Amino acid sequence: MSGYLKPGLPQPAAGELDAPFWQGLRDEQLLLQRCDSCQRWQWGPEWLCHRCHHFELSFAAVSPQGVIYSFERVWHPVHPALKEQGPYLVVLVELPQADDVRVVGNLLGDPEQPVPIGAPVTAVFEHHNDADDPFTLLQWQLA
Amino acid sequence: MVGVGETDYYKAGQSPDAEFKLTLMAIINACEDAGIAPQDIDGFASYSDDRADPSHLAAALGCKELRFANMQWGGGGGGGSGALANAAAAVATGMAECVVVFRGLAQGQFGRFGQGPRRNVIAGDMAHTVPYGLMSPAQMFAMKVQRFMHDHGVEQPALRSISLASYHHAQQNPRAVMHGRPLDEEKYDASRWIVEPFHLFDCCLENDGAAAMLVVSAERAGDFKNTPAYVLSALSGSHYRAGASVHNTPDYATSTFKTLAPRLYEMAGVRPGDVDVLQSYENFTGGVLMSIVEHGFCEPDACNEFFVKERLQAPGGDLPLNTSGGNLAECYMHGLGLNIEAVRQLRGQSTNQVERAEVSMVISGPMVTPVSSCIYGSEATL
Repeated sequence: MSGYLKPGLPQPAAGELDAPFWQGLRDEQLLLQRCDSCQRWQWGPEWLCHRCHHFELSFAAVSPQGVIYSFERVWHPVHPALKEQGPYLVVLVELPQADDVRVVGNLLGDPEQPVPIGAPVTAVFEHHNDADDPFTLLQWQLA
Repeated sequence: MVGVGETDYYKAGQSPDAEFKLTLMAIINACEDAGIAPQDIDGFASYSDDRADPSHLAAALGCKELRFANMQWGGGGGGGSGALANAAAAVATGMAECVVVFRGLAQGQFGRFGQGPRRNVIAGDMAHTVPYGLMSPAQMFAMKVQRFMHDHGVEQPALRSISLASYHHAQQNPRAVMHGRPLDEEKYDASRWIVEPFHLFDCCLENDGAAAMLVVSAERAGDFKNTPAYVLSALSGSHYRAGASVHNTPDYATSTFKTLAPRLYEMAGVRPGDVDVLQSYENFTGGVLMSIVEHGFCEPDACNEFFVKERLQAPGGDLPLNTSGGNLAECYMHGLGLNIEAVRQLRGQSTNQVERAEVSMVISGPMVTPVSSCIYGSEATL
């Protein structure tokens, strides 16, 4: 599957804290960090729960729906891979079912479409299976 | 604040001098401005991971003793007034007697800001943004500004007025990089988008140069060549979990000053209405707008009426803003130039002088964490 953005941007590499998230996307699941003790969500991932300070945290599935919290339409390419891209949309998506944590992705469709803040969106798992180290990005489309 | 010094300002990558040399030149200029022997500097304070190491600077300058070597954490210009706060604290507590606040940049030597990473893979927090094309400062901050504008019905002309004020002031300032290159509404509106809601002219310059300022105790401030500016307050900080990664700070659409600003005024014993002239760090105009709101000059829902160019331009405006041309049109010296302009206003030496300026404020580095602000006063404000 080709991506929303032209190829050539740095690809994500799983780190010690976020490896389950990236594996989850490969499996078409949205997995985020949740505290084993207080059961609250947090994102980005941390070594401890910022609320109750327990170090025991797990990754759990979140239903892949959210609302657009903010967005931007990018015109100026700051990376050589995007020189021929033209405008593109980045959205900040809030997940009400996970304590309102937010994730970043692209909004699929016409890059010049109006973007309604507050609109519901659904996740799209964008697989890059041809990469040397295959990975999946979390994209969004209007619900 | 008894001495200020700058080098010439250059377009990014065009300085004929190395970064460390630029910093030395700015410090020597500040010493000459004050009438202080460089050997008498005993402290150094900077920010944003400045590359000039205080021990090396002290050796190069022949300083008799090094008593304070300080770096304010955090990137961007958020430490511009924070470094000053640290210097003032060192002097106030007796750790040092004469501290220089400095910042030097030679991007030709060390590479530019605002560029995406050139690696093939990326891990950590940036793995969650860069593959989606969110990687430059303009892109990081446009998301905050967009949400603020949505929440409060702010329209593009409010941002435009901030840009027009900087370019207006730069036309009177022969040192400004954009001197002789005026901007009007039509030119702004016709300029290309960088990332909505920022046009080209909403974004700061990138420059080479250096700036330095000398802090001594208020008791000694009258012993030097120029009229001193007194630090009435200077603080850095940020709100609850401002640094939560991947755009997850709970209070998102903010310039990061909501908790700092009340403490700043309380420390200084002044109110927003007492401020005669304001320098507010323009990484992007949207950050200036939110900074001014959060420092109590304007209600968030009144931005469209408040941000008109007549209000922001010296000499006639009632809140003259970025009177040297600032980061948009004078020089992007990571905001330290704004602090120097604030001092010039109190000395009566600005190229856009505000009449009877007694209280002069600087807001440094909106939307990063930590941010910082300071208020300078003339002797009459003590």
